[in-house]
Amino acid sequence: MVEELRGSFASGKTRSYEWRASQLKGIIKLADEHEQEIVQALRSDLSKPEMEAYVQEIGMLKNSCTVTLKELKHWMTPEKVKTSLITYPSSAEIVSEPLGVVLVISAWNYPFLLSLDPVIGAIAAGNAVVLKPSEISPATSSLLAKLVGEYLDSSAIRVVEGAVAETSALLEQKWDKICYTGNGKVARIVMAAAAKHLTPLLLELGGKCPVVVDSDTNLQVTSRRIIAGKWGCNNGQACISPDYILTTKDFAPKLVDSLKQELETCYGKNQLESKDLSRIVNSNHYTRLIKLLDDEKVAGKIVHGGEKKETELRIAPTILLDVPRDSLIMSEEIFGPLLPIITVDKVEDSFEIINSGTKPLAAYLFTNNKKLKKQFVMSISAGGVVVNDTTLHLAVHTLPFGGVGESGMGAYHGKFSFDAFCHKKAVVYRGFFGDAAIRYPPYTRGKLRLLKAIMGGGIFGIIRALFGWS
Amino acid sequence: MESPSDLEKDLECMRVYFRSGATREASWRKQQLKGLLAFLKENEGDIMKALKQDLGKHYAEAYRDEVGTLIKSLNFALQSLKRWMSPKKAELPLMALLSTAEVIPEPLGLILVFSSWNFPIGLSLEPLIGAIAAGNTVVLKPSDLSPACSSLLANTLRSYLDNRAVKVIQGGAAVGEKLLQERWDKIFFTGSTQVGRIVMSAAAKHLTPVILELGGKCPAVLDSLSWNWDREASIKRILVGKFGTCAGQACITIDYVLVEKESLSTVVEMMKEIIGKMFGENPRESNSIARIVNKSHFLRLKNLVDDPAVKASIVHGGKMDEDNLFIEPTILVDPPLESEIMTEEIFGPLLPIITLEKIEESMEFIKSRPKPLAIYVFTRSKTLERRILSETSSGSVTFNDAIVQYAADTIPFGGVGKSGIGRYHGNYSFEAFSHEKAVLRRSFFTDFWFRYPPWNDHKLQLFKTAYNFDYLGMLLVILGLKRIKASHMV
Repeated sequence: MVEELRGSFASGKTRSYEWRASQLKGIIKLADEHEQEIVQALRSDLSKPEMEAYVQEIGMLKNSCTVTLKELKHWMTPEKVKTSLITYPSSAEIVSEPLGVVLVISAWNYPFLLSLDPVIGAIAAGNAVVLKPSEISPATSSLLAKLVGEYLDSSAIRVVEGAVAETSALLEQKWDKICYTGNGKVARIVMAAAAKHLTPLLLELGGKCPVVVDSDTNLQVTSRRIIAGKWGCNNGQACISPDYILTTKDFAPKLVDSLKQELETCYGKNQLESKDLSRIVNSNHYTRLIKLLDDEKVAGKIVHGGEKKETELRIAPTILLDVPRDSLIMSEEIFGPLLPIITVDKVEDSFEIINSGTKPLAAYLFTNNKKLKKQFVMSISAGGVVVNDTTLHLAVHTLPFGGVGESGMGAYHGKFSFDAFCHKKAVVYRGFFGDAAIRYPPYTRGKLRLLKAIMGGGIFGIIRALFGWS
Repeated sequence: MESPSDLEKDLECMRVYFRSGATREASWRKQQLKGLLAFLKENEGDIMKALKQDLGKHYAEAYRDEVGTLIKSLNFALQSLKRWMSPKKAELPLMALLSTAEVIPEPLGLILVFSSWNFPIGLSLEPLIGAIAAGNTVVLKPSDLSPACSSLLANTLRSYLDNRAVKVIQGGAAVGEKLLQERWDKIFFTGSTQVGRIVMSAAAKHLTPVILELGGKCPAVLDSLSWNWDREASIKRILVGKFGTCAGQACITIDYVLVEKESLSTVVEMMKEIIGKMFGENPRESNSIARIVNKSHFLRLKNLVDDPAVKASIVHGGKMDEDNLFIEPTILVDPPLESEIMTEEIFGPLLPIITLEKIEESMEFIKSRPKPLAIYVFTRSKTLERRILSETSSGSVTFNDAIVQYAADTIPFGGVGKSGIGRYHGNYSFEAFSHEKAVLRRSFFTDFWFRYPPWNDHKLQLFKTAYNFDYLGMLLVILGLKRIKASHMV
């Protein structure tokens, strides 16, 4: 199959603006005409509320496509750059060319968005693409296979379904780029496989995204935004979901009360059964999350929620207060509706705690304090940082979305998607004139003086050298 | 070389120093860059001596390709540092209202730089410039195949740079392997494709991002040029790009030339004549050509022409002096394409010329081989220019010259496919060692009430309009004057 796609790519058909635009329009059409089926598939895979399915997956994807279509011609134009005296006379430009055949491995939590968003970038850059959706979201996976086959050019864009075996087989092939969204463990396997062929990577991973809440903040808005970012995003199963909170010992009880209040406003009294919350994706993850709650180190720390229903794979929004830093829940990315709160004496102490861990995909701060904001932005290293909100930076297509360190490498969204799947080829045009004899042997002292002068820049140095004065 | 636990301790100290924030200050970075300038200017004599010792490089070559380009890069970095370090504002969609978005570059932490033996000063310090400008701490491991330069860097740099942040560790493959076991925030490697794979595999264990500057067989397409001036300039540039650049031991050297059968004899004649002018009757005496770095590479090159079919294709040169590790400029015409000289990167002063019926065949020829680091095309035909650009892929393309792209600050220098991952030089050096952190600041006002559950049809409609930036539509929906196609809310 890869051979076939290479053939299609080699034929040059994916390089034309017309082809790329037609495929992108196909994606918008696919999303428009099958909106209900997509929502249904997401409900089947994750019990995802329709609002989330629409806003966070379909809406975002269509937006991404629209922005790309609007700017594509501009992005495809070579970028002229200045040249310096050293290469005079010359002109130069940077040409964006497609890499060839790329592999996109997507995740189960936003199975529609995280499959097609990178594919949009790959297509925009003129590549042929193979998409491998996650088998943990099977309804969406097969819907994608069907729709991509119907709406897009199958000589250049394919969906391969399957699990570990199929993914491993795909990883043995030679790709011109691999985009992987998922966890650090599998990412290492992907990178090791890519190393064999020297394939460049875009890795969108995760991490424990911290939220620092200062006492000097608008408490109600803070709570609502934390809720929107945590439980409002696939019930906490999102790479940029707030993972845990850091706040002062004094402020914590107020924060907990506010969260409880706002949770009730959003999800009612019976939060376990709320239709506006996704369920846990499968029993493996359910068991994993229950274990975090059963950890004796957090016994008695639950201040809200904790209800669960195994038959429906549901866990209610749960808040834990004052968890020890060496508890299970603080040792790995939670990826679920459990929100631990760590208390500190001074809010500044939280910075050290965050920096002692691996760099997360996102870090959040709620405060009115200018100085604290500045300090946070400067000293916390994360893929992205948001002050006074959560997760929104994902929706700003002019910001690069990606991680650093354990949370990933590379970035995409907007033009960054286009750039991620291009090779930026440097092109230098020289004339046959303007040949400086100083470049050629035999090397004489005079030539050397002039060479030094030209490289050191400065017109006077050059004049002096020409006249033999230096 | 230190024992593993000593190395770990040293690296930990460097990480602690990084965390102290000392390397993030613009003043620190400027000071280090100025230190590098001082190192180059005050030790020029010793640097030239070391390069002569390791590679027999002529002063002019060494200045042009290494010292001079470094000085240029340092001046560019010092000039650009403020601009590089400042946040870049990002445009916000209207819906965001009362937010600011920007991208702030921040250093990655602890960088490992592996450099190569052919431009031992240049390829060590050029990445160092980027890493330091970006505010990182760095460990540099120069190649042990250029020992004079390696020890010069290890012993002298320390007086010019902050030793808590920049360390030079000498050694060979064993040392390299030990270093690869540690955890780095980025690894920068210049060298062969083979070792590049090893570096990337090791990096995979810690998910360390890498920049690999590898090589390949960089072709020169020499079109039939009607003006003698053009032909002469082209051939001069080809010859200097090959024999005048570390005797062809460079990643961007011209590996082989493609010409039309018709032009072959003229080209060969002109090459012979110009080689004579540039290097004299006895090239070895000219001191204008570097020697082969060591016996192992010498024998490798000798091996390439030992094949009788290849030997028979030599039309000029061919003399090899094993004691002095010198090979004179050698031209071959149409050696068999399956021979090693045409399948492996040559990295030496042997220049095969491959003849084609028509020059347009170069496209297929190049495309059927791994993507090289550079493609050079000498032509006046705009059609050929366009075709090469759109039909072939390479790190870079240079028209009517060779090697010069290395000295440019405004274009990226890097490979694609087997010729490498990532890029640097100029602004790209700073970016190569930075993390571009997205920062979004919101105010507590302008919260869209329909952002929060409980969900209903009304909120869904509002979101649909907001997402399409249809503000009028949004207003109408809020006022109850417009309804979008109803969906089924469960």
